[in-house]
Amino acid sequence: MLEIKNLHAVVEGEDIEILKGVNLKVNAGEIHAIMGPNGSGKSTLSKVVSGHPEYEVTEGEILFNGEDITELDADERAHLGLFLAFQYPVEVPGITNRTLLREAYNTIARANDREELDPLEFEDYIESKLDVINMKDEFLNRSINTGFSGGEKKKNEIFQMAVLNPVLSFLDETDSGLDIDALKVVSEGVNKIANDENAIVMITHYQRLLNYIKPDFVHVMMDGRIIKSGDISLAEELEANGYDKMEKELALNGEAQ
Amino acid sequence: MSEEVKALESMIGEEYKYGFTTDVEYEEFPKGISEEIVRELSKRKNEPEWMTDFRVKAYHAWKEMEEPNWFNATYTKPDYENMLYYSAPKKKPQLDSMDDVDPNIRETYEKLGIPLEEQKMLAGVAVDAVFDSVSVFTSFKEKLAEAGVIFCSMSEAIQDHPELIKKYMASVVPVRDNYFSALNSAVFSDGSFCYIPKNTKCPMELSTYFRINNMNSGQFERTLIVAEEGSSVSYLEGCTAPMYDENQLHAAVVELVALDNADIKYSTIQNWYSGDENGKGGIYNFVTKRGICKGKNSKISWTQLETGSAVTLKYPSVILQGDNSIGEFYSVAVTTKMQQADTGTKMIHLGKNTKSTIISKGISAGRSQNSYRGEVKIGKKAHGSKNYSVCDSMLIGQECGAHTFPYISSENPSSSVEHEATTSRVGEEQIFYLMQRGISEQDAISMIINGFVKDVLKELPLEFAVEANKLLDVKLEGSVG
Ligand SMILES: Nc1ncnc2c1ncn2[C@@H]1O[C@H](COP(=O)(O)OP(=O)(O)O)[C@@H](O)[C@H]1O
Ligand SMILES: [Mg+2]
Repeated sequence: MLEIKNLHAVVEGEDIEILKGVNLKVNAGEIHAIMGPNGSGKSTLSKVVSGHPEYEVTEGEILFNGEDITELDADERAHLGLFLAFQYPVEVPGITNRTLLREAYNTIARANDREELDPLEFEDYIESKLDVINMKDEFLNRSINTGFSGGEKKKNEIFQMAVLNPVLSFLDETDSGLDIDALKVVSEGVNKIANDENAIVMITHYQRLLNYIKPDFVHVMMDGRIIKSGDISLAEELEANGYDKMEKELALNGEAQ
Repeated sequence: MSEEVKALESMIGEEYKYGFTTDVEYEEFPKGISEEIVRELSKRKNEPEWMTDFRVKAYHAWKEMEEPNWFNATYTKPDYENMLYYSAPKKKPQLDSMDDVDPNIRETYEKLGIPLEEQKMLAGVAVDAVFDSVSVFTSFKEKLAEAGVIFCSMSEAIQDHPELIKKYMASVVPVRDNYFSALNSAVFSDGSFCYIPKNTKCPMELSTYFRINNMNSGQFERTLIVAEEGSSVSYLEGCTAPMYDENQLHAAVVELVALDNADIKYSTIQNWYSGDENGKGGIYNFVTKRGICKGKNSKISWTQLETGSAVTLKYPSVILQGDNSIGEFYSVAVTTKMQQADTGTKMIHLGKNTKSTIISKGISAGRSQNSYRGEVKIGKKAHGSKNYSVCDSMLIGQECGAHTFPYISSENPSSSVEHEATTSRVGEEQIFYLMQRGISEQDAISMIINGFVKDVLKELPLEFAVEANKLLDVKLEGSVG
């Protein structure tokens, strides 16, 4: 589904290279976790994949279902079924969640020659998704993320994911800012959304989230590269020993260039 | 309704599509301004002596005044000696139906998408279309007459209702109020007069479309609306203009009078030619708009969407004289390219328990400058009065400017004034967020902008709100990114 090959990216117009040759392969039905210390480039990876104009790909490819998407605009990538749950969701005053989601849903449907939903049909559809993360419907009338608490913003991202039903989702630090109850609700929501046809890449700092959403693969990112991949035991190893130790070991073994 | 919405939608073109001129012959009239010119103008309009005297006095008052320059705007001053102060279509039509209107003029209306035909009536809107300076078409008079409402051109009003004009003209905006009001008083071309009798709700929304269509012809509209005790009216004004290279001055005067328990709602969409990328051409929009809540419990509400003109200097104001009267100002001012807007309001509280609300939203893009200038004055006797002001600015891009100049003075300690102001920038992050959800860049910008101005646009009558949203989209297309 997604194949990232030797991806290098810089901040547009500047010389700072942030991604320094990332390789990653994600198949349908899989859940991946990317872990790594602050500043290792996890958020940047998710933004580059989803087409943030602030970054420029200088080398490598991003293949989505075989198609190179590096030249596509963010909205075109979204039409292909790419979704990013933001680490810092953005506020848009004056536009309700409902309006955003209806526009988004129908725009994506149009781009894929699927039937659009009229406002009444959409209302039924969106109501049916509120349950996924126990959302009250008054939530739909509020301006996008405006005045939301940190936890509400994160929940809202997963709610949007449920409504837009993407093929591939990057969840960037969705667990941070959530208390334990909210974390449970959100994780259950993600588990409900996950199926054999879609895939999820969770970005997280802590192992905590992985207790609730079980990844098939765990990757460790450091200094703009994925330096090690494995299964859930890798996360446990990290939790026990920390990133420093892993980095040193890898250096000793000559695995990190 | 939907027919009308369609017509309005077709009116808002992609680029500035109203840049055409109509080939109508004009009566010869010399350029420039003098007492002779003013007298000649009055004579051509067949005006009574008192009106001629009013104009001549105003002309001399204007002659003594200095052109102001305290605005946050720089521009080449209009060349008053090189302007045409009178123009009229040559064939004065006797109008029973649209068929009688000059085909050229009709075509102009078609191009503009002005729905002068029956759809308009179905939509319940009376239209008094002003072509250049002389009214060429007035419709639905009968229905209004039934209700006792007078809605006619100012020229007609001077002939047919002299006592009302004498009583109210210049009663809100005195001749000497400012340089441009004095000039207008001397040479005003035409405009609308509207009188709502006691305890009457005007049976339809009144709208006038102005169109400037004569090279070098300054436009000096004069509008007067009087709402008698217990009456109410909603008046809509909208304008477009052809794309000329030379600056055109527009110095209108609008006066509103609300007596006891009367309610006047005045809405404007202004979309005159704003000049090109380099600030060449465009309209100077120097308008004096003021209303007086003369009676107790009266209300005056100004709503405006200002998107056009090269330079806009405009402060629709309310004098709150009657006890418990209410003044409102809802404004969206958009500047792009090299446009300059210095706009805002004045709320003068004189009566007891008077209330005013100011919601101003400025959007600046390109290399434009957008200033809000608002004055709230609470007089000694205005016990228990309240003002609430919100003044938000949004910047698009790095080269534009937004400025806020609030002037607040209160002589009454039992009154309260509340002022909030914010400035934000349409950010890459907001746009990216919406695009990530599948929304195109253009729609994302339009969503952000519409969200920003929502509190104001919801004050517009529905058919204007549709137009307003379209206009904003068109206007700001390509401003970001
Ligand atoms: N737009 C930018 N300009 C300059 N530096 C940036 C920009 N975006 C990211 N960086 C830098 O790139 C590195 C990786 O950032 P990020 O992807 O946010 O890390 P993570 O999500 O793993 O904590 C950090 O050092 C960060 O400061
Ligand atoms: Mg991050």
